[in-house]
Formats: sequence, C-alpha cells, structure tokens
Amino acid sequence: MWNKKKEEEYPPKQGVNPAPPSYGTREGVSNVPTSAAPSLHAPEPTRNSAIIGKSVSIKGNIFSQEDLTIEGEVEGSVELKENRLTIGPNGRVQAGVKAREIVVLGTINGNVEAAEKIDIRKEARLVGDIKTARIVIEDGAYFKGSIDIVRPAENAKPTKQQSQPAPQPAAQPAPQPAQVQQPQVAAQNTAK
Amino acid sequence: MNSRFRTETSAPSASLGRTGAAAAQTRNSNGLDQFFSSLEGRDTLSILDFAGASQANVSFITNLGHRIYSEDVLSSIDEVFGSDPEAHSNPVRIEMFLNQVLDFTEEQFDGVLVWDVLQFLSPAAAQATLDRLYRILRPPSYVLAFFNASEKITSIPSYHYRITDSKTLTLSQRGNRVPTQFFNNRSIEKLFQRYESIKFFLTRDNLREVIVKR
Repeated sequence: MWNKKKEEEYPPKQGVNPAPPSYGTREGVSNVPTSAAPSLHAPEPTRNSAIIGKSVSIKGNIFSQEDLTIEGEVEGSVELKENRLTIGPNGRVQAGVKAREIVVLGTINGNVEAAEKIDIRKEARLVGDIKTARIVIEDGAYFKGSIDIVRPAENAKPTKQQSQPAPQPAAQPAPQPAQVQQPQVAAQNTAK
Repeated sequence: MNSRFRTETSAPSASLGRTGAAAAQTRNSNGLDQFFSSLEGRDTLSILDFAGASQANVSFITNLGHRIYSEDVLSSIDEVFGSDPEAHSNPVRIEMFLNQVLDFTEEQFDGVLVWDVLQFLSPAAAQATLDRLYRILRPPSYVLAFFNASEKITSIPSYHYRITDSKTLTLSQRGNRVPTQFFNNRSIEKLFQRYESIKFFLTRDNLREVIVKR
C-alpha cells in the first residue's frame, strides 16, 4: 500500500511520522444522506503530504504548498490554499485554518475556510465558524459555530481588474492542480 | 386569551412510521412548513438551530441560501445543569448556560429552530432563554418550538431533529428525558408574552408545534 511506498521513498524526517496514519475505514456512513455521502475511504495522505506527528507541538504559523496531515498540536494559523489539510484523530488545532479541502477527524478550535470542501467526521470536534463551498458532517460530530456556504463564483479570487466597478464574470480560470514540490512546512517558533 | 394569540388546528401530521427498534421516525410538520414559508423571499438569513450539527439541516438551510448556526442545546443543558434538579434554577448556572449557548450579538438571527428544548429547562431557565432569544432575534423573525401536550407523561423521548424537506422531519431518538415543566396553551402564551404573535399547530401525536413571531 501507499504507506509502504512512502517509507521506501522518503526517509523518516524529524517531527514527521515515518508511517502516515491510515483512516481507511469509516462507520456511520449510512447516517449521511447519499447525495452528500463521501467515499467510503477517508482521504489518505498522498506521496507529497507532510505529517505533523503525534508528539509534535507547534506554536506559530504554518504555510504549506503540499497536503498536510496534523496528528499533533498546532496553535497559531494553518494555511494551505491549494492543498488538502487533514486533522487526524489525535490532532488538536487551535488556529485559524485555510485550505482547499479540509478533513477533520480530530479537534479544531478556530475559524475554518475551505475553498472547496470540508468533511467533518463523526469523532471530530470543531468549534468555530466555517466558510466553505461544500460541507459534509457525519452524525456524531461535535460542531459549534456558523456555516457559511460560499458559492464557487463568490469564492473565486478577484483578478487584476479588481478596481473596476463591473463584477467579474462567474467563470474563473480552473484552479491549478497541487504543485508537486519537496515537502516544506514553515513552522515558526517551534516549541516543546 | 390574549387577542394577540391564536390557535390554529392544522391537518393532523403525525405520521409516525417506525422502521425498526431504534430507527428514525419521519413526521410531517406544519410548523416547520410555516416557519420556512414565513422566511420565504428573504435571502442570506441567519438561522440558529438548537438540534446540533447535522448534514440534513445544514444542507437544507444552506441550500435555501441561508447561514446556519448550530448549537446542541440538550448537550449543553446536561453539561451545565447536570442531573441536580436545583441546579436548573440556579441563577449562576442559568447565566453560564446562556453564555455558553446564546452568546451572540443583538439582532443577529432571523429564525431559531428551538425544537423541543424548552420543556427540558426549568421555568426560570426557559424564560431567561426566551429573553435572550428576544435580544438576538432581528424582527421580523420566527421561532419554531415543540411542546408535548400530554400532562400525564413523566418521561418523554427527546430527538435529533433532521429536516428532510420543508414539511417533513426525521426524528432519531436520543433517549428519554423528564420534562421539567408541563406547558399548556396558556403557559406557552405566557412564556412568549414579549413576542409579537404566536400560532399553534395541533397534531395527533400529543405534540404542540408553535410558531412565534418576534
């Protein structure tokens, strides 16, 4: 499977779990309406996904240009504009979070902005306001806050002609696929 | 009876269809229908849902173009008041409860789906909750609340309320609870006396559905 490959291709790094967690099985899917039901398998960390391990605690701002899985603690802000963020079952995030797609299995205390989709699993706990284009909430998930659905046209970024009074056409350039780059998680003021 | 209030007998809507021991029930709700009809034609409203977050309610309300705020109020009742009956009337606990559940700015909401929560609050806590709701509701706004109509029942099931469509609810039971007070029409009117108007929908299954206008 993928985690074996990952072990082979990427040597273990400091603060990074060698074997990324797998969230392959899900329960309670039947509680989610079929129209909104996600696939049976949770998104798995991809080859270019960075992982903040269980024992890692970060205070500061994280900017990433690749997918990121948080299994440890993060306090500050997390921004992955073009990528997917997964808060693992052990992950605890006290931060404002922005990403293209967010999967929550752990805990988030803070406002969350997902350009495409947020998926809140049944063991998750999220306290904060959500702004997203699509949302999936499993029965059993704890959520306290507001949900603001931003239609894709509203969500699209303004272009250079921002100053012009006329509104931009709804059709925006398709979002660029995630760039394949070396893992780079910029963490400031790493503590503990 | 206060002339501001009126009682309307709606077509019976209690079509409880059990599909299994712990299966969800569906029921028609004229109150729900009226609630969303009252909000029709208005965009980007803020709706507070006391049932906690669920895919069904989030999808239904956001598909109408509104913003939803989720609060699992029954869990907060358990958390703040616990099982001690005296705690339910303790002013400090009531204040804690309000700050935990209804800490919003004035006139922030256009509608509140209270469901059956009020009957599990002490008279003092229920009144304080409605006073706080009055503050955070922006006129014209609406409250939907359910009350059990049977005086004899000592324990009633509480439910997760999931909106299937504007007239139908799916109810999945989350245990039985002892109501802290019984509400008849008069006591409901009294409870909402600050509000502009109240409308009752009587059903066959011992449930009063109430729409209140702020």
